[in-house]
Amino acid sequence: MTDISAHRGISAHRIGAMILRYWYLLLSSWPRLLELLYWPALQVITWGFIQYYIAENSNFFARAGGTLIGAVILWDILFRGQLGFSISFLEEMWARNLGNLMMSPLRPIEFLLSLMVMSLIRLAIGIIPMTLLALFLFHFNVYALGLPLIAFFCNLIFTSWSVGIFVSGLVLRNGLGAESIVWTLMFAIMPLACIYYPVSVLPVSLQYVAWTLPPTYVFEGMRALLIENTFRADLMLAALAINSVLLVASFGAFLALLRSAKRQGSLLSGGE
Amino acid sequence: MTENDEASSRPTVAERSLPAAIAVDHLVKVYKQTQAVDDISFVLPRGSITGLLGGNGAGKTTTIAMIMGLVLPTSGRVQVLGHEMPEQSASVLGRMNFESPYVDMPMRLTVRQNLTVFGKLYAVKNLAGRIKELADDLDLTDFIDRANGKLSAGQKTRVALAKALINQPELLLLDEPTASLDPDTADWVRAHLERYRKDNNATILLASHNMLEVERLCDRVIIMKRGRIEDDDTPEAIMARYNRTTLEEVFLDVARGRVNGAKEAVR
Repeated sequence: MTDISAHRGISAHRIGAMILRYWYLLLSSWPRLLELLYWPALQVITWGFIQYYIAENSNFFARAGGTLIGAVILWDILFRGQLGFSISFLEEMWARNLGNLMMSPLRPIEFLLSLMVMSLIRLAIGIIPMTLLALFLFHFNVYALGLPLIAFFCNLIFTSWSVGIFVSGLVLRNGLGAESIVWTLMFAIMPLACIYYPVSVLPVSLQYVAWTLPPTYVFEGMRALLIENTFRADLMLAALAINSVLLVASFGAFLALLRSAKRQGSLLSGGE
Repeated sequence: MTENDEASSRPTVAERSLPAAIAVDHLVKVYKQTQAVDDISFVLPRGSITGLLGGNGAGKTTTIAMIMGLVLPTSGRVQVLGHEMPEQSASVLGRMNFESPYVDMPMRLTVRQNLTVFGKLYAVKNLAGRIKELADDLDLTDFIDRANGKLSAGQKTRVALAKALINQPELLLLDEPTASLDPDTADWVRAHLERYRKDNNATILLASHNMLEVERLCDRVIIMKRGRIEDDDTPEAIMARYNRTTLEEVFLDVARGRVNGAKEAVR
């Protein structure tokens, strides 16, 4: 028998059930686990050596040790956070399991919350070894950033979830034909998020656009910390405010796209 | 159906006061230029088994999907167990379940893992006991710790049925429940559905192309053609009306647009 009262409100056990589903999947597939580890490790090694090379040949980078490798790690938090969210969602599309979930008592908000938790788990599997590699190979200790690192991390993960929620809605509405958006949308904001260079490098008109993106504030904040030893709380608060708007907007967009998918009957097909 | 079956499926006074299992009222679904469902209405009482018949594109799957809330109607109303769909779906989704060839269970998860996940989604009490019960009932024990993707078609169907029964649903929606099964497994699935309905007074709506299956299981048949209800009655009454001895012959008459005198008189 089922506990009918358990179907009211947001349910931790339904979120737990979905996390368990993705956890079983990760444990059953070593290529999935390897994929989580391999790319971040490759990134940090490549950029670590680039940083070494540039530092030997540039006074600025010799002073501003760690800005490149720090940027790589923070970019990976942003990118991997979104992928961790979206890939868990895509697993349901690939498995043709979405109909089972949509027909179950699982609510959209619970589904999204479980994807957020999974993005954190997947991120931890990939990023923690990456940071240890940076420490042992290049003596860059990202954890030495201290409390500001938490502010950077939270803002980046919130942005990654907003993008993840929005692209998942697009795939839900348009089927797997829209899958490539999952892999590429984050790169669209890359030039304007000013990951490896300051905002001042951009033409003035693009600077206005750049400041609408929360990651821009994070990467500026990281440079201020590493180069000037200053934590810019104002930047983090501005990023948090924009992230709040983005999260609400992306959730609204997801619900609208879900409704559109139900109108079009695409939850049953789910194909191309 | 035997006399005993009919007696056991007859509603009690308390059950008669409950709202219908499904009430569909002037339901319409239009996809761009295509009229998938065209103004259909029917009410299914609790404890009934109804077959939804029709050729490909008749609107069976769209009708079931609208009942489940997976597809939004263009107009019309659907009530499930007394609740408006999809607005009040949260009150009712835990009390129903479905099986369809349009969805799969995750392939890499074992049968036990899949049933555990869905059992938790449906807040099933004593989940381990319920899984064991289903494994015994549906003969899953030999492969319960095997990945779903490594099962035969018949085994997968039994697992999908176990998922559909995990929460002991009051309402079960089945779309082609025995498609691609060998006759022995299909017969076994039908027997299980009959037993489940009898033991739980559950309501079952099944879409099928298998006329023998519908004749054997259903106490009512709704025949759809081009999105409309062409006929709606007991299998016996429909066969008598078309002057036919099997539902398959009736199906062919409807599909090919043959109208005999008896049918004409009813119209």
